[in-house]
Amino acid sequence: MIMASAAINAGPMPAPRRNRQRLIESVAGCGFSLPAFLLLLLIYIVPLLVLGYLSFTNYELGALDTRFLGFANFRKALSDPVFRRSLGNTFAYVAIVLPGAVGLGLLIAVLLHRRKRSRSFYEVIYFLPVTSTLIAMATVFQFMLHPSIGPINGVLKALGFSAIPFLSEPAYVLPTLAAIGIWHLVGFNMVLFLAGLSAIPRDLYEAAEIDGCQGGLDRFMTITWPLLGPTTMFVIVTTSITAFKVFDTVAVMTRGGPMGHSEVLLYAIYLEGYQYFHMGYASALTLIFLAFVLIISVVQTLVIERRVHY
Amino acid sequence: MAAPLPLTLPLARADLPRRPSTPLTVMMRRIVTLFVVHGILIAGAVVILMPFLWMLITSIKSPAEIFAASFSLWPKHFNAVENYTFALNQVPLLRFAINGVIICATLLVVQVLVAVPCAYALAKLRFPGRSTLFALVLLGLCIPIQVPALPLYMGLANFGLLNTYFAIMMPFFLSVFAIFLFRQFFKGYPDEIIYAARLDGMSEFEIVWFIVVPSAWPAIAAFSVFSFIAHWNDLYWPLIVITDTKLATPPLGMMFFADAETGTNYGALTAAATVLTAPLVIAFLIARRHFIDAITMTGIK
Repeated sequence: MIMASAAINAGPMPAPRRNRQRLIESVAGCGFSLPAFLLLLLIYIVPLLVLGYLSFTNYELGALDTRFLGFANFRKALSDPVFRRSLGNTFAYVAIVLPGAVGLGLLIAVLLHRRKRSRSFYEVIYFLPVTSTLIAMATVFQFMLHPSIGPINGVLKALGFSAIPFLSEPAYVLPTLAAIGIWHLVGFNMVLFLAGLSAIPRDLYEAAEIDGCQGGLDRFMTITWPLLGPTTMFVIVTTSITAFKVFDTVAVMTRGGPMGHSEVLLYAIYLEGYQYFHMGYASALTLIFLAFVLIISVVQTLVIERRVHY
Repeated sequence: MAAPLPLTLPLARADLPRRPSTPLTVMMRRIVTLFVVHGILIAGAVVILMPFLWMLITSIKSPAEIFAASFSLWPKHFNAVENYTFALNQVPLLRFAINGVIICATLLVVQVLVAVPCAYALAKLRFPGRSTLFALVLLGLCIPIQVPALPLYMGLANFGLLNTYFAIMMPFFLSVFAIFLFRQFFKGYPDEIIYAARLDGMSEFEIVWFIVVPSAWPAIAAFSVFSFIAHWNDLYWPLIVITDTKLATPPLGMMFFADAETGTNYGALTAAATVLTAPLVIAFLIARRHFIDAITMTGIK
């Protein structure tokens, strides 16, 4: 094998062999990617086309006559108070989870990075929520937040405060769900930040110290934060997408309640499409959802392209 | 990118009067720092662990104690056997876990079998349509399952395939993420070895599976972890296509159980949550380095 590769490097291939190699590569390349391409067609492209078509109709599952509506579904969505509320709730949820999960993830990563013996101990604990089944944990949270028998309100009452109805009070429900979202995401972001931190060369810190850079905060602002830029950008984008897709905790814990104050985008789509079977309208909502995800994803793809460093 | 930085640091700072640092103050400062750092980390760790701890404790408590006005951390009477047997008898919890294993394992095998050749072709072979295919893969990366879900659901309903393992797995047979990840990995594989293998008369098929794949083990391991976590915990799609309790995945089973119990029997509910969370958590505790490395490498949810 080594001799053969030496022969390759020694000179260009003769023309007939090169042509034959071209043909083999074309055939093999097409053959190898055919299963993936067919599945891509079946799972992404055809459904997207169908979705686009449905969004212009009033199709309902099992309905006999279907009419073409033009942009009526989209107009309806823009003036639909339920949909507008779910969009607003989703953005409010992202606005809490994003700074919380990114900031805390960064804080823990920075604190852990210099620890030698205790690092893996903390790492395991903070990462635990990522591997746990969120639905199961949501049930536990529901119990923990219970106004009369939950331990959190138990502590509050023992300290002399009155009980807080976390999940039934309109003003508290989104922040509470967001706190659970942060709990679920923070370890994931921590791991990404730790990877980013270990890519910063150690001697930079020593050089900074010689140059008079004193104290943790100084070191952080002059070296860590600027060099961590690409990682931070990546974490911000993935966190926003994950938060934007919030569904599980809403479906299990609140079902959009109380009075629609925790109704989020995916839950609204789920209800329209799979509970009320308004396929046409749900398709239009899905396309609006996709538009938002794509806007975030365009940024994401640009960031991934730059980030792959293993 | 990093190299010029030390030069741009404000050198003037060196002229500033430094704080006097005797060995004692240095040591004091170090101790205080250590105290603060571990204080924050432990406080955070307690918040993170609390739900798990509360889940385990409640799952061994008796209903009387759960509903008692005063709450206690440690149960006075152990009710573990009753809670767990009730949960296991009420709904097929083990069946949910087995469903999860069957679905995750099958999906992983199919995803790797489909993605590896495609990724190799995208990384190393010149063929017509390569850049278009790669563009489609990148586009697919941006499209969450909730988008094609509606037409896929209608299609599956049309063919009478709802409530089958096939329906749960079908949208995930293709992992564009696996293609993307493996392509990046294969791109770094030395061309000389592939040329040499061709000269030795190996077919492209043999080159992929016997030469390139064994070297891509870290990427495949990382993807396996990612895929298992994602599909074990997925709720949205199974919730849509599965109504039959026997076919439920762990999260869906948990939801069925919570609905059936209407949130009153917390002892049994937390016992069920423990049973369904345990497999992945135990796998993580055993292979924690692999899990964390995998997330570092894949970096995407």
